[in-house]
Amino acid sequence: MRYMIILRATDLPGTPPPADLMEAIAKLGEEATRSGALLDTAGLAPSSEGARITLAGGALNVMDGPFAEAKELISYSLFEVRSKEEAMEWTSRFLKVHRDHWKGWEGEADVLRVMGPEDFAAPE
Amino acid sequence: MTGGDSHRTVEAVWRIESAQVVAGLARLVNDVGLAEELAQDALVSALEQWPRTGVPDNPGAWLMLTARHKAIDLIRRNARYADKLAEIGRDLEVRRESAEAELDDALDDHIGDDLLRLLFTACHPVLRPEGRVALTLRLLGGLTTQEIARAFLVPEPTVGQRIFRAKRALADGRVPIELPPPDELPARLASVLEVVYLVFNEGYSATAGDDWTRPALCEEALRLGRLLAGLMPGEAEVHGLVALMEIQASRIRARTGPDGEPVLLLDQDRSRWDRLLVNRGLAALARAEALGTLGPYGLQAAIAACHARAAAAEDTDWERMAALYRVLAHLAPSPVVELNRAVAVGMAYGPARGLEIADALLEERSLGNYPQLPAVRGDLLEKLGRLDEAREEFRRAAGLTRNEREQALYLARAQR
Repeated sequence: MRYMIILRATDLPGTPPPADLMEAIAKLGEEATRSGALLDTAGLAPSSEGARITLAGGALNVMDGPFAEAKELISYSLFEVRSKEEAMEWTSRFLKVHRDHWKGWEGEADVLRVMGPEDFAAPE
Repeated sequence: MTGGDSHRTVEAVWRIESAQVVAGLARLVNDVGLAEELAQDALVSALEQWPRTGVPDNPGAWLMLTARHKAIDLIRRNARYADKLAEIGRDLEVRRESAEAELDDALDDHIGDDLLRLLFTACHPVLRPEGRVALTLRLLGGLTTQEIARAFLVPEPTVGQRIFRAKRALADGRVPIELPPPDELPARLASVLEVVYLVFNEGYSATAGDDWTRPALCEEALRLGRLLAGLMPGEAEVHGLVALMEIQASRIRARTGPDGEPVLLLDQDRSRWDRLLVNRGLAALARAEALGTLGPYGLQAAIAACHARAAAAEDTDWERMAALYRVLAHLAPSPVVELNRAVAVGMAYGPARGLEIADALLEERSLGNYPQLPAVRGDLLEKLGRLDEAREEFRRAAGLTRNEREQALYLARAQR
């Protein structure tokens, strides 16, 4: 089963991300890729570089970023794992890497299951 | 953590770490069966302790260290291993303080080699194919005997026996846990790839059983394939197999209709193909091609890619596919490959040319009960307007298949 993990920073330290952190993230990513669990991942630019398009009352509305109510997105990753707990474990590892290498960083991650064939297969 | 939750968390960590732990222990004790028992003991300790203490920051190293202590206890109790004890004991006394850090380094340095050694041992030719499959899923996939039994629709004791016999065969044959020497590598690698593809096909072809456990087997095979590709990045056929599995797996969603009926490749709604897996497959195929000549798996992947690259069924490059089948038939001749070639040639150069190839297979005894032969002939005859003969062939195909859904499909075509 697949999980989309969206990692957001809620409190960014004034310091730039340390080289140690980037190295640890790369190492963990490599591990997860090699084990076959990590399918895709990328960092996301601040929402000030993005836009939001809404449909309300029959009207399309385009809003340039940043979105005041949204916390900054940092990255997404797509995992293929055997259980929710496994996705949670990988996610915890990514958060721990931040804890260990970037003092003051706080954040949160959403672990969301992506629908797969099991959601569409007709039960016998 | 609370009760059930913590149990599931430990299980998840085990799934992620078990192969490396077993592989590292196998190097230490040089016995696959013992390594697995020790790793299981460490898992039991984790189940006892982690709910109280929380999951350690480096659970893999924790499991490894715990298992290693158990190994040393065991060796200590066993006089026959006195020499080994002295050696390991000394080693441990000296480094106890920094044991965990040292273990981290050791894991980093050896993980790849350890996993490869374990995989080549589990797929060793002295084992029977079903033993290789069960042992690989158990040791490299961290699956329980019960899970393997469910996936393969056999009783749990049967799987237990297979694993037990396989471990004993390795011990009796004094099979060393090591990478094959260069002159044996191609044959041994072929055995590994075969096991991975067997697992995949068991999930993909779904000859029987419920729909739920089967895709999980495909995922397991994909995971093993990706792992192997990471460990042996220079082997074209490894990438070829990964490409083949990724592309085939990309179609899983589209292979069944709303009522669970099978949907043939050319009738599939391509928007339901998993683009991520298609792209991963095409990338793996490109890696295989960049490494040199394609082998049988690479060629099959290249054939699968002809479908994957076509936005609509009618855009399929049948001529390329027919050519690829010809190379494949040359490299790995089999009646099934020849039958598939008949389909591709029929599409590329007209049903008469395809039928010629299919007709030549009628004498093939191994295809005597193979429903796809009459089904393919039926299709080609239908296209040639020989409708009575076509219906007869579809009725024959329906009589041969054991899959109810497939039978319904053939019967429907027999009535057209």
